[in-house]
Amino acid sequence: MKTPTELKYTKSHEWVRVETDGTVTVGITDHAQELMGDMVYVDLPETGRKVEAGKECAVVESVKAASDVYAPVNGEVTAANGELSGSPETVNKDCYGAGWMFRIKPANKADVDALLDAKAYEALVAAESH
Amino acid sequence: MGNRTPLYDTHVKLGAKIVDFGGWDMPLHYGSQIDEHHKVRTDAGMFDVSHMNVVDLKGPDLRGYLRMLVANSVEKLKTKGRALYSCMLNHKGGVIDDLIVYYLDEAWFRLVMNAATRDKDMAWVRATAKDYGNIVVEQRDDLAMIAVQGPNAKDKTYAALGGNIREAAESLKPFHSVMIGELHVATTGYTGEDGFEIILPAKAAPFTWQMLLDAGVAPCGLGARDTLRLEAGMNLYGSDMDETTTPLESGLAWTVAFEPASRGFVGREVLDKQKANGIKRRLVGLVLEGKGVLRNHQKVHCGALGDGEITSGSFSPTLNRSIAFARVPAGVENGATVQVDIRGQLQPARVVQYPFVRQGKSCIS
Repeated sequence: MKTPTELKYTKSHEWVRVETDGTVTVGITDHAQELMGDMVYVDLPETGRKVEAGKECAVVESVKAASDVYAPVNGEVTAANGELSGSPETVNKDCYGAGWMFRIKPANKADVDALLDAKAYEALVAAESH
Repeated sequence: MGNRTPLYDTHVKLGAKIVDFGGWDMPLHYGSQIDEHHKVRTDAGMFDVSHMNVVDLKGPDLRGYLRMLVANSVEKLKTKGRALYSCMLNHKGGVIDDLIVYYLDEAWFRLVMNAATRDKDMAWVRATAKDYGNIVVEQRDDLAMIAVQGPNAKDKTYAALGGNIREAAESLKPFHSVMIGELHVATTGYTGEDGFEIILPAKAAPFTWQMLLDAGVAPCGLGARDTLRLEAGMNLYGSDMDETTTPLESGLAWTVAFEPASRGFVGREVLDKQKANGIKRRLVGLVLEGKGVLRNHQKVHCGALGDGEITSGSFSPTLNRSIAFARVPAGVENGATVQVDIRGQLQPARVVQYPFVRQGKSCIS
């Protein structure tokens, strides 16, 4: 399982990267994509949508099952990765890169700081698999 | 820990993701279920299906027994090695299990039944066989089973297992089989592709698997097996039919032999009535036109005709879209558009004649 140290994480298995313009990019973690298996469908939020931390704002479906993707923080969606609708398998192949899902302008920067760091996320995954 | 086949350690060594399937620890995939699916459609893949229940029946009046036991007619089994797909029904016409009957000789028939239904199947077979005199019911837990499927499956099997297999099996038509020493090689399968199902001694399974692997046959898990059979329009017991549904309500009317009318197979009375009065529900194919993925148990809205339910829904790697079987009111016609409730939103789906895919080619316009 890859857990890049420069990213922040949520308990619901999203990763969050702070961009230079203050927005955050969101995707699902390596652990999450591996659990789900081959992705076949991704439904992303529209730009401009107001999202609330912990509420579902996207859906990923693998051959096996559907799963919600939750907004990591309160804010507004500024972009969505349209490439994924034609090639959802990108989420399996490059979950931290080309497999990103959407970008949010956070309402409050402190909310981002409060997310899990890589070490805490790895501990959470380890605890969940026992 | 669940039951394990003779190939369990082999799967683990190959990096399989193991899941519970009807009490068995089975490989779901060895990396990518979709890659495995495509391998079978375009080349050759193999499945460990040793969890299936192989039962040998031996005795003097097996045809008499089987005429009663299964809804299809064993009179179709005229030449040795011939295979027949059938349902085994209860007295209400519900499906106890679906199975393949192999005719090996007049005193020896072989049944291959599902794994998850093993206990109830055996109880039913043993109880009903009692009335037919000296039938010996032998559960062959000493055997394993490997399905090799795909356009190149046969050639790769010959390359792996030697020329005597080619000699004995090359001329077999679909749904036939031959005994080659300790191997029972059948031209059956659950993918809609050419290939073999090979029943063999458990102790021979690991090296046979290895020889097939060396010949370029890709190991495939139950995940790919499920999407392949769905595309091929083949029912899954427990999802598409069970004891509460008859074959006629499950797209399996073609497996019921109503002629001759004098043959009193178990469940016949209910099926005769349904045939005369018409069925209320039928199994159809769906192709999703809207967003998302069709899944088991999603509700299907069919307008004034009422509601139905998806019995097997998934993503079709060959068609690159979502497909399903659904049980719907019998009045719903092919070509109609229905609305499927996917996670609270209604999405349009088209009712189609299945199979969806045969021999690697789409059957859907």
